[in-house]
Amino acid sequence: MTARTLYDKIWDDHVAHEAEDGTCLLYIDRHLVHEVTSPQAFEGLRMAGRKVHAPDKTIAVPDHNVPTTLDRANGGMNEESRIQVEALDTNAKDFGIHYYPVSDVRQGIVHIVGPEQGWTLPGMTVVCGDSHTATHGAFGALAHGIGTSEVEHVLATQTLIQKKSKNMKVEITGKLRPGVTAKDITLSVIGETGTAGGTGYVIEYCGEAIRDLSMEGRMTVCNMAIEGGARAGLIAPDEKTYAYCKGRPHAPKGAAWEAAEAYWRTLFTDDGAHFDKVVTIKGEDIAPVVTWGTSPEDVLPITATVPAPEDFEGGKVEAAKRSLDYMGLTPGTPLSEVEIDTVFIGSCTNGRIEDLRAAAEILKGKKVKDGLRAMVVPGSGLVRAQAEEEGLADIFKDAGFEWRLAGCSMCLAMNPDQLSEGERCASTSNRNFEGRQGYKGRTHLVSPGMAAAAALTGRLTDVREMM
Amino acid sequence: MDKFEALTGIAAPMPLVNIDTDMIIPKQFLKTIKRSGLGVNLFDEMRYDRQGNEIPDFVLNKPQYRDAEILVAGENFGCGSSREHAPWAIKDFGIRCVIAPSYADIFYNNCFKNGILPIALPQEQVDVLMKDAEKGANARMTVDLEAQTVTTSDGEVFNFEVDAFKKHCLLEGLDDIGLTLGKADAIKKFEASASTARPWI
Repeated sequence: MTARTLYDKIWDDHVAHEAEDGTCLLYIDRHLVHEVTSPQAFEGLRMAGRKVHAPDKTIAVPDHNVPTTLDRANGGMNEESRIQVEALDTNAKDFGIHYYPVSDVRQGIVHIVGPEQGWTLPGMTVVCGDSHTATHGAFGALAHGIGTSEVEHVLATQTLIQKKSKNMKVEITGKLRPGVTAKDITLSVIGETGTAGGTGYVIEYCGEAIRDLSMEGRMTVCNMAIEGGARAGLIAPDEKTYAYCKGRPHAPKGAAWEAAEAYWRTLFTDDGAHFDKVVTIKGEDIAPVVTWGTSPEDVLPITATVPAPEDFEGGKVEAAKRSLDYMGLTPGTPLSEVEIDTVFIGSCTNGRIEDLRAAAEILKGKKVKDGLRAMVVPGSGLVRAQAEEEGLADIFKDAGFEWRLAGCSMCLAMNPDQLSEGERCASTSNRNFEGRQGYKGRTHLVSPGMAAAAALTGRLTDVREMM
Repeated sequence: MDKFEALTGIAAPMPLVNIDTDMIIPKQFLKTIKRSGLGVNLFDEMRYDRQGNEIPDFVLNKPQYRDAEILVAGENFGCGSSREHAPWAIKDFGIRCVIAPSYADIFYNNCFKNGILPIALPQEQVDVLMKDAEKGANARMTVDLEAQTVTTSDGEVFNFEVDAFKKHCLLEGLDDIGLTLGKADAIKKFEASASTARPWI
């Protein structure tokens, strides 16, 4: 039999129909739904008199719009947001799908809730009307974002019309140096390959440095596969994956678990399988990084200086000029001298328990810089509860951070958590696009430890100085 | 879905790389529960100041490009968020075709679901089309999906590639869900065999 990649294997096990030209119907095992990209899809079903094909495989949770302030039970959403969340309440009920409403302690960011509840398992196909669905690839699940028309298609048929992507391998060899995290890996890969480097591919991340990561870290890496342009990111399941899944509410139990695990153990890339593109990075070469511009590929080690447009070629010269102007940065300035106004810790990239532990470790017994706004938004109600139990919440609060309720928050600022014009933020989120965190807001993407360090000094800071 | 067959119209030049979907339609407009009405907010933060006044320099505010039906842009167009509000806004504005060297995957797929034709051409050819678009309203470009050609106002012709199935659906204005439901037996058969092979799912 031909040697196959992990992606090949999952793909092969989900083709429900293949046309002569290679167009396939790919069967979807889990469909995650949130309030922003789904109302038009449910409306489409209603208009056509269609049902949800597999309500048991469909899981919904509101996250993008919901306020994260402690008083949110009393309202706090503007009219439009409230309508969108209420539409999800109604659609979940009418169509009989699994639902975690805002009032449920399990509510949170859809990509954190899915794995946490055991909905996401190795070897599955997982989709959601959200580009960061790539997160679930950390389990060895083929997971990617889709548009609203495709959301409707999956609701109605439990399949997607797809053509197979190409295989790309990203290998991170050896060990990471102290202070370097999963976020630094994933940003460094994008810095190397560019935001279109993965276009047309599904990436499999492998190598010792990836194996060494926890499941939380692996989710951070796969989460940003989309920022590198890839359809999806994948990491082969191993003992850490099984340990994470075991005992989760929707993970299989007993004999079903045994059967599942036996199948999961076949999910790896065979020796000699073909990759169309290979990128190898030495773990020891990765430094704690920050973004300086308005594209996630604008990545540099914290020890570097702000680049000049002349450092680039082609269309990137104009883009760099525009970015520097938008970011209010002067070429040649050391990145560690860039002063910030705000720190945001959270999002589907870095809103898990390990992220909060890493930030708290730096903040313990210290205070955020005077006048700086700092907030922590746990990725789910359960992450929040665990952080409180572990004493992390107290560390954040004592340091001067706001301790919020779960949601997407300032990552995309569809809710009240936003940057104001010119406000500069060290953020653990995934996108530094113009206006992403608020009109004319300035975003520097960093790891949780780097965000915490920046909160203490009031400028972009090398976390290694605090360790 | 609306058909796309051929189009002759004004092309607006946007020589920027990595135009992301947050730029195309900022998040504050994603709160709608409808697909329509987003055209007025297309490229909102580049197009209007904080008071809602038009920024005269922005291409779609210039008199010659207000009725543009084609957009010519830099590489990796539509990167970022999966929001289908981006193609909805583009279409609602009146643009039916985008030409760029490359696209982000999800945006590219979303276009075809909405009767928009995204054309990928090599950078050198996009450069020629960009120059043509910069000539303004009198320089009208022609896009022919059946023939898979773009013709500049000077009559220069470029051929483009498009997936045969996607082309077919766009030319006929076919509804994907209807097509897939026609294969309901295959889906049922798959579900039966998968529930034996992987019952825990």
